[in-house]
Amino acid sequence: MDYVLLTEQFLNGFQLGIILFLMAAGLTLVFGIMDLVNLAHGSMFMIGAFVGGTIAVVTGSFVIGVILMIPAMLIIGIVVEMTTLRTLYPRDHLDHVLATFGLILFFNEATRLIWGPEGLVVPLPDFLEGSVALGAITYPVYRIVIIVVGLLVALGLYILVSRTRIGMLIRAGASNRTMAGALGVNIPMLFSVVFGIGAVLAGLAGLIITPITAAQIGMGEDVLILAFVVIVIGGIGSIRGAFIASIVTGVIDTMGRSFLDVFLLLFLPENAAESAGPALSSMMIYILMAAILFFRPQGLFPPKGAG
Amino acid sequence: MNSPAPQTNTDICLAARGLQKSFGGLTATDNLSLEAARGEIHAVIGPNGAGKTTLVHLLSGMLRPDGGEILFEGRDITRLSAPARVNQGLARSFQITSIFRDFTVLENVMLSVQAGQGHSFRFWRPAARDESLRAPARELLERVGLGDRIDVTAGNLAHGEQRQLEIAISLATNPTFLLLDEPMAGMGPEESQGMIEFLKALKGDYTMLLIEHDMDAVFALADRITVLVYGKAIATGTPDEIRNDASVRAAYLGDETGEETG
Amino acid sequence: MVDWKSPANILTIIVVGLCAVVPFLAPALGEPFYVIVFARIMIWAIAAVSLNLIMGYGGMISFGHAVYLGIGGYAIGILAFHGVTSVWIQWPVAIGACAVISLIFGAISLRTRGVYFIMITLALAQMLFFLSVSAERYGSDDGLNILARSDFGVRFFSLEDNMTMYYTIFAVLLASVFISWKLVHSRFGVVMRAAKSNDTRVQAVGVSTYRYRLMAFVIAGVMCGIAGLLQANFERFVSPDMMNWPRSGELIFMVVLGGMSTLFGPVTGAFVFLMLSEILSSWTIHWHIIFGPFLVLVVLFARGGIHGLLTPGSDRE
Repeated sequence: MDYVLLTEQFLNGFQLGIILFLMAAGLTLVFGIMDLVNLAHGSMFMIGAFVGGTIAVVTGSFVIGVILMIPAMLIIGIVVEMTTLRTLYPRDHLDHVLATFGLILFFNEATRLIWGPEGLVVPLPDFLEGSVALGAITYPVYRIVIIVVGLLVALGLYILVSRTRIGMLIRAGASNRTMAGALGVNIPMLFSVVFGIGAVLAGLAGLIITPITAAQIGMGEDVLILAFVVIVIGGIGSIRGAFIASIVTGVIDTMGRSFLDVFLLLFLPENAAESAGPALSSMMIYILMAAILFFRPQGLFPPKGAG
Repeated sequence: MNSPAPQTNTDICLAARGLQKSFGGLTATDNLSLEAARGEIHAVIGPNGAGKTTLVHLLSGMLRPDGGEILFEGRDITRLSAPARVNQGLARSFQITSIFRDFTVLENVMLSVQAGQGHSFRFWRPAARDESLRAPARELLERVGLGDRIDVTAGNLAHGEQRQLEIAISLATNPTFLLLDEPMAGMGPEESQGMIEFLKALKGDYTMLLIEHDMDAVFALADRITVLVYGKAIATGTPDEIRNDASVRAAYLGDETGEETG
Repeated sequence: MVDWKSPANILTIIVVGLCAVVPFLAPALGEPFYVIVFARIMIWAIAAVSLNLIMGYGGMISFGHAVYLGIGGYAIGILAFHGVTSVWIQWPVAIGACAVISLIFGAISLRTRGVYFIMITLALAQMLFFLSVSAERYGSDDGLNILARSDFGVRFFSLEDNMTMYYTIFAVLLASVFISWKLVHSRFGVVMRAAKSNDTRVQAVGVSTYRYRLMAFVIAGVMCGIAGLLQANFERFVSPDMMNWPRSGELIFMVVLGGMSTLFGPVTGAFVFLMLSEILSSWTIHWHIIFGPFLVLVVLFARGGIHGLLTPGSDRE
């Protein structure tokens, strides 16, 4: 048993889970509070990567790119919310799906128009390059940074939602929008803020992954679908559910891809295991989702009183 | 004080025994037993929060009880799904009108007739022209008083007419038992009177469990009444017995004109 | 009964009429390419008609419907790859595969509602998409070429003849609309439409709606699979992109654009959607930048689709 590989892949899976969590948190907040199915969330992921990446390249500093990306995504998110999404709230979910699908086409094409079809390479700053020794293994510094940043964001979200006034307003709006509005909470502004937060989280996820994968047109869509799988498994509207489901999903997906063929070798002949391995491993996370939903259609941690 | 129900089992259409249902810390139904004798109109009354809605959901099959059993015509239906119970002959109407707003009045009832016939996995012949659906539907709508409204889109009916349609849909499956959830809800005095007369005319053909707030209707229609308070049945008896029952008075009836509290 | 002079019906007659005469008209006008365009429109129209069955009439928004195009197509492709070209084997296998998979996917998905349903259908379709991408033997990303079309084994009828191919697609399109019409008006269709309108009430009159939805889901999956096998034959090519999620989104759009829960809406929708794509893409490669907002505007202002706009006084969806 190659424990080094096992640990590496576990950490990789954890890191993937962190990225998924950043996406899923925004998605589940927006869906849980505003009842909006937002397929264009993946576009926020992409825009964060391109805008933040461009700032990083222009200023020469990745860190400045990250810092300036935050207000940029906040503004972009709020503008999108106020112009297009606001009209969708009273509509049914099909309308949300259709309209945000149209937005995806628009954003992908606009990105292609501005940055060209090749994408954008965002280099890592020197101090984040290289690997570090963690016990018996050596692991890339940057991936550890991603994990740490993600955990800090998770902690920050938790504090925001459960300990601050804004968090309280968010929870009130989620639980009973009309009543919260009647009590004087500025619901439209609350929604804009929530959407903005979601856009920042998605943009952060997009930007921090670019040193590893580069910024590409349409990069948001695959992550988006996984993020939706995550929030369905975790329970729509639940940040805690999103966190747990993200990490589980990330780890299972990554380790599955690495080890499924080994596992299959236990009871399949070599040919079959080699061809079935990759095929099955890409399906694994969806099989997991189907299984969970078969037994618990409302997800693992449905928020109380919701749905 | 409980008035004894008829003795032999075949005279009991629906029996609930020891029903128990809790939601988290809240006990909505507490060791509830009641029986509806064949052909009778059995009313269930109680203040708000007494658990009437939960009882309706338990009997119709939308909720499963935590404990206890439900017997229909002597058969245990506690584990049956809602549609399966309807197929046994147990129909319900809804307190908040639940009809098919985009269909015409006739189509609404035709669907229910079709469901009652049990032949819905048919893919070829047009249902709209099927006389075996149209005729019973038309006839039922005449009985209910909507005979001249059959081609109106259901969503365009007046409220009282929609309540009538609600009942017609429930009757169309040819049930033996009717669970009526506040049929008088939202009706003015004239309409209520019409509904009362209609339900009176049904007596004997069906066994009815009537959940109602409207005390005039209850005392005009009911053969027996069960009073529910905090999920418990505190008394069962004839209208006179209930009217004179001290515990009922204390808990619910308020004054002689039947004004309810809460 | 049917008002043949209504704008919506006139449009339908024009679209169907065009499909019927294009193989003669287009070459005569010096634009033979349009025969291919119309063949593709018709294939998409069949898929859209099948989606309309469950989405328009049944209220089930499947974001993974294009997967059945892929299943039908790959059944043909894989069998052809292994030398099986007889239509009498290929087509039943394709249909059978779609029936089985739609039964499984439907059984899982229909346990959920609303957004959950949308997401699960999407995820299950993605699963098969990734499976086909990883199938290196069958071309993976690059797709699989199909050298010979399905062979009927008789000399007087061969799909290798392009006219025969075209009119086979046309016939299947008419048949699928006819089947759709029959289904919607049958007792089965009444239950479906009622369940869309008020599911609780349907259950309260004794009908277990899950079974009906599942049946509809399978019928729609098979019909879409037939569109897929026609596509494989027509294009002589299958690839995972036949069933990627943007395809499913486009299918949903065609149905909504044409007019949900109308009989010919999906056909008109496919026609307008694809013609618009053709025209816009010939103006600029960045046509999505116009198309995207166009879709948003349709959703916001023309929710009843084209047939809705053309039917006066209709308070369609």
